[in-house]
Amino acid sequence: MSHSHTDQEAHNKEAMAEIKKVTIILSVFTVIELLLGFWMMGMTSVGLKLAVKGTIVILMMAKAFYIVAYFMHLKHEVKNLIMTIVVPLMLFLWFIGAFLWDGNSFRNLRNDYDPYFKEQATIKVEKKEGEHGAAKQEAAEVKEIAAPAEKH
Amino acid sequence: MSTTTTASPNEAKLWGGGKSPFNSEYGKVMMWYFLMSDAFTFGAFLISYGTVRFSTNGWPNSNEVFRSFPFAPDGVHAPLVFVSIMTFILIISSVTMVLAVHAGKNMDKKGVVRNMIWTIIGGLAFLSCQAWEWNHLHSEGAWWGMNPFLNADGTASSTNFTNFFFTITGFHGFHVFSGVVINIIMLIMTLLDKFEQRGHYLMIEKAGLYWHFVDLVWVFVFTIFYLL
Repeated sequence: MSHSHTDQEAHNKEAMAEIKKVTIILSVFTVIELLLGFWMMGMTSVGLKLAVKGTIVILMMAKAFYIVAYFMHLKHEVKNLIMTIVVPLMLFLWFIGAFLWDGNSFRNLRNDYDPYFKEQATIKVEKKEGEHGAAKQEAAEVKEIAAPAEKH
Repeated sequence: MSTTTTASPNEAKLWGGGKSPFNSEYGKVMMWYFLMSDAFTFGAFLISYGTVRFSTNGWPNSNEVFRSFPFAPDGVHAPLVFVSIMTFILIISSVTMVLAVHAGKNMDKKGVVRNMIWTIIGGLAFLSCQAWEWNHLHSEGAWWGMNPFLNADGTASSTNFTNFFFTITGFHGFHVFSGVVINIIMLIMTLLDKFEQRGHYLMIEKAGLYWHFVDLVWVFVFTIFYLL
């Protein structure tokens, strides 16, 4: 390293400023996410809820970018190294899209062709508070009725 | 060939041998590739959660499930509060890890030791919070194969919700645990002057990559389970 002493000091200052900046960004994004979460609790409009959820996902991706790029220093690595890591991760675009699509399609198919599955989504259950036994029993019952539906 | 300046001379020199094309140490590059594969493992878990949730008509409301707080009276309704504390603990421990790596680059042993200790404390604090939350949910009757919570619309729920919750947060918690163990080993090696003898603190950087990855995964787990 051919850095002089003052060069090193300037570099240190820069690095510390970067750490401070990213810490603030991560904290602020988290607080915004939480505020959106609290706001969403009493929300009835499906469209608005979806928009808020979309915003939360964007904030989540931004936080992930800041952690990987600055805390893990990926941004300061050689471009070829960055590409060997980022390009394989592009597989997630298909992974997420295909599987969520598949899950959605499966629900629609079952609602169309499995009357029992659809009926289960309309029967309200009495809420059992507190007791351990009741909760366990209820879980067991649910498991039993869920089993035949999955055989299709 | 003295006139190959047209294509990309830098690249030819980069891969021509005699120097590291990635300008990075072997172990660090391999740590990156391990983390990439681990990202696919966590990704597969979270995507299967999404697939199952999309294929189901009803799903429990996370604000009803995760609403309690240590030392709070029964029946308290404080959704998102406890998990936001857990999130900030992990973010702060990630920051102290960056500071430890930074101190290591300057060969500042004292700074490394101080920040590694803070990082370990943060990791242990996070694990304690998670242990409390698991214990609390278990006392309410939630576990693998047991789901006391109804769907948000009042219909009967399956055990998918609790199965995914305990599997994914458990897998993440196991990563945090191994991260704390790795950090403790790094702290001991620093105290024994191992890195001073080697002349570099690259091992702290590698442990740091792992620790930041654990924080990164929590960003996704936190958002997907508690917010969406």
